[in-house]
Amino acid sequence: MKEITYEKIVKEVKTMCMESNYNLGEDVYSAFKQALQTERSETGKEVLTQLIDNADIAKAERVPMCQDTGTAVFMVEVGQDCHITGGRLMDAINEGVEKGYGEGYLRNSMVYNPMNRKNTGNNTPAIVHIDLVEGEELTLHMTAKGGGAENMSALKMLKPSDGMEGVKEYILSIVKEAGPNACPPLVVGIGIGGNFERCAFLAKKSLFRPLGVRHEDPAVAELELELMEQINRLGIGPQGMGGSTTALDVKVELESCHIAALPVAVNLNCHASRHQTILMK
Amino acid sequence: MQKKIHLPLRDEDIESLKAGDRVLLSGVVYTARDAAHKRMVEQEKEGIPLPVELDGQVLYYTGPTPAKPGEVIGSAGPTTSGRMDLYTPTLLEKGLKGIIGKGYRSEEVIASMLKHNAVYFGAVGGAAALISRSIKKAEVVAYEDLGTEAIRKLTIEDFPVFVINDVHGGNIYKDGVAKYKQ
Repeated sequence: MKEITYEKIVKEVKTMCMESNYNLGEDVYSAFKQALQTERSETGKEVLTQLIDNADIAKAERVPMCQDTGTAVFMVEVGQDCHITGGRLMDAINEGVEKGYGEGYLRNSMVYNPMNRKNTGNNTPAIVHIDLVEGEELTLHMTAKGGGAENMSALKMLKPSDGMEGVKEYILSIVKEAGPNACPPLVVGIGIGGNFERCAFLAKKSLFRPLGVRHEDPAVAELELELMEQINRLGIGPQGMGGSTTALDVKVELESCHIAALPVAVNLNCHASRHQTILMK
Repeated sequence: MQKKIHLPLRDEDIESLKAGDRVLLSGVVYTARDAAHKRMVEQEKEGIPLPVELDGQVLYYTGPTPAKPGEVIGSAGPTTSGRMDLYTPTLLEKGLKGIIGKGYRSEEVIASMLKHNAVYFGAVGGAAALISRSIKKAEVVAYEDLGTEAIRKLTIEDFPVFVINDVHGGNIYKDGVAKYKQ
């Protein structure tokens, strides 16, 4: 059985927190460059130019690209033949977050509870989803999820009779309502099916897929492209000031659901789509 | 076209600004976001004066990251303005003349800005590292216990913004989107 130490997980998590905030992924950076070529609005182009310059500065100076350095969200795949030694996985992740945010000069944005709203002072707790998989590896997917776009996210239990037309209409209504608040150009994460909580999880999970990578099911991939075109016709544009680039990408994940149900969740991500993956073996 | 404006805002500057204009601001602004707004307005209701004189001033909605050693400030981009809507009319009544943030304002805030001849600027959300280059001085002047949410006095130079709501009823979030909607 493979052994992975607590200390090693702490170290990797710390690095992920810092790197995700300093280095915008190549997928998002290329999407900015691409959008700059196609954007119709001069204001929109100016915004995209600022975002490209911003990413360059953040990378070169190793400073956070956005002051909202996010909630640290992890999707962890634990191989069932992998043994974590020296402490609890959750503690290791939280210790890594505390070190990454502290030593990396990142902002602490978590409060103890919504009633007292007192800052925890170290950006913990992280939000961690664990999946048990085959094998003896441990894979950590991390995103630093900003609050502005998260606040404009939504979920609705549609009726099966609403059909896919109802689903699309709902998604477009959420993007429209979010307007400038979610910091477009967006990455739109969508969950369809499952149940109430599973649907929201699917929407979040979809945001971990790199930009430009389509769903493996051709029908879902087609839905993603169709939604992207419809969203970009809304005219919202970069920062909501009008333009043809409202979404950099649209991601859909779906799952089986109850005969009575058609849950849809829209998890918006700002353009600072910060995601990192580390495979430990 | 890009305009350069020196703060504090003069009436003629405010009148000249149109929704969608690109502007470089220089001078002094004060930061405040959720917690500072809540405290300012709650204390004001109890008769406690505002901790900084906002008459004629500009507020910037931001909660910066910690400054690295030797730096003036960390990354400091705009946060979503709508969360401050509840408190903004009270501050506009105190003479606030400009706000820098991002995102929609409520109808009530827009009406209050028109009434008090105040302008709403948008900085590019998520361009925080770039924006921080135009912040030359930063000093906590009130509510230090709020950490990132404390009120800071910033001295800015050529700070890049767009006019979102002007004092003539222009609103780039409406006008811009209408232009590109297909």
